Amino acid sequence: MSILVLAEHNNKEIKSSTFNCIYAASKIDSEVEVLVVGSDCQEIANQLSVCENVKKVLLLNKPEYINPIAEIIEPVIVKISKNYTHILGPATTFGKNIFPRVSVKLDSAQISDIIKIIDKETFVRPIYAGNALATVRSKDSIKIITIRPTSFESVSKEGGSGSVEEILNEVENKSTEFVSREESNSDRPELSTARVVISGGRGLQSAENFKLLNEIADKLNAAVGASRAAVDAGYVGNDYQVGQTGKVVVPDLYIAVGISGAIQHLAGMKESKIIVAINKDEEAPIFNVADYGLKADLFEALPQLSSELDKLNTIQK
Amino acid sequence: MKILVAVKRVIDYNVQVRVKADGTGVEKENVKMSMNPPDENAVEEALRIKESGKANEIVVISVGQEKSQDTIRTALAMGADRGILVKTENEVEPLAVSKIIAKIAEEEKPEVILLGKQAIDDDCNQTPQMISAILEWPQATFASKIEINDDSAKITREIDEGLEIINVKKPFVASCDLRLNEPRYASLPNIMKAKKKPIDIRDVSELNIDIEPRIEQIKVEEPPSRQKGIMVSDVAELVNKLKHEAKVI
Repeated sequence: MSILVLAEHNNKEIKSSTFNCIYAASKIDSEVEVLVVGSDCQEIANQLSVCENVKKVLLLNKPEYINPIAEIIEPVIVKISKNYTHILGPATTFGKNIFPRVSVKLDSAQISDIIKIIDKETFVRPIYAGNALATVRSKDSIKIITIRPTSFESVSKEGGSGSVEEILNEVENKSTEFVSREESNSDRPELSTARVVISGGRGLQSAENFKLLNEIADKLNAAVGASRAAVDAGYVGNDYQVGQTGKVVVPDLYIAVGISGAIQHLAGMKESKIIVAINKDEEAPIFNVADYGLKADLFEALPQLSSELDKLNTIQK
Repeated sequence: MKILVAVKRVIDYNVQVRVKADGTGVEKENVKMSMNPPDENAVEEALRIKESGKANEIVVISVGQEKSQDTIRTALAMGADRGILVKTENEVEPLAVSKIIAKIAEEEKPEVILLGKQAIDDDCNQTPQMISAILEWPQATFASKIEINDDSAKITREIDEGLEIINVKKPFVASCDLRLNEPRYASLPNIMKAKKKPIDIRDVSELNIDIEPRIEQIKVEEPPSRQKGIMVSDVAELVNKLKHEAKVI
């Protein structure tokens, strides 16, 4: 018996969450198998097979699987599930969409969004937007788990020598049809894995003003994030949102600009190593979690920050 | 067309949650309880679909203690037609809740089931997907736009990479995101009217569903707290601290 990880990818690249899942899986069992469902994914399967601790990659390669529709991926997992003690995936929108289906089909209670593994059946997960941590033990014979990617290291992408085995499955789906996808393409690092994140809130006042953040992000090689208020106001797209119902980020440096710091936002960033808050309201709750707080008008502070970073870069050169 | 909307009674999102000293859970005594926020979006969306003439009945269901009636009443005051409370005094996990709602759906035969995408208490994000899998109806999670057509719906989903649009055939299950709409407040006359709307209270035992918890909660504790930092006087000092003290730039 071993442990299965469902790989997240876009048929071209493996998402970083997959490497976190393999790492987490290897803390439960040394025999890790990875399932790749997609189209034209031979190369992805090959890359995963050489990751540390990967013993085998199961590859289901078919044009019908080009889009990750939950209703067609779930039966694939269910079909092979009897070989495993645990099935793991990322608590990203990809994994969240699929895993509860697998769980109910196998009549096993899913454990969502774990941040720590105590033993093979005991895990820690945040509840109430991270205001409490619950240690839970699963009594089910097969454990269905999603992990919070940022809470686990990334497995080494080399050193393994797993095999790649092609599997087959008939696709049956007449009810759900993929229409289109709008992905925001950015040259900046991915929000959930960036070393530096600069986020804006309602204080930015407009979509136009987010450019002030972009300028600084470019200088720090940072990703740009946003509070829910800024996304709701339409300043940036939903994929920028950091918080309880958005993304959870754990960068080395998180700069919150014009963000008051509602608990729902803190849930997504308070594990960051260093937090900087820039806000003109000194009572803003964001200052309670900030290592460095600056009470200032962001429209004055951001251009100053930009020029200070320039000075720094000049000195370094 | 009938729409079934599932709602959950949770600690109000503005309440600062406190962990009990004995580690058995969080303090729920004398704490304000409300409808789970994304469930409000689900109720609102059902109302808008009905107001557009594409639905004629909205049934609200909740699974939980007697007091969950209050949450159903809130939905009725917003404009839903009738309620069903499946009563249980025990803690129920999403696995059990989804089986219960699926069973009621088989009786009620709605064409659309709407739920919030996630409950803000256990943060599980499971029940809608589970209901969809049990019923073998298509699912549309994290919906930020729902366009109902004759025998299908076009749904925009919020995903980590941006937005995705899918078409699902009726009947389907959708989980609602916070940006789907702006939930209305119930007016006083509607709150009064809601008191007369029927709520069918059913005991969970009559459904013959195994609701025994599968997950044992060993303890609940406070997360490690962050030490409050310092205030800097200007941007130059900030950059200096980040460079030489924190060494992160």
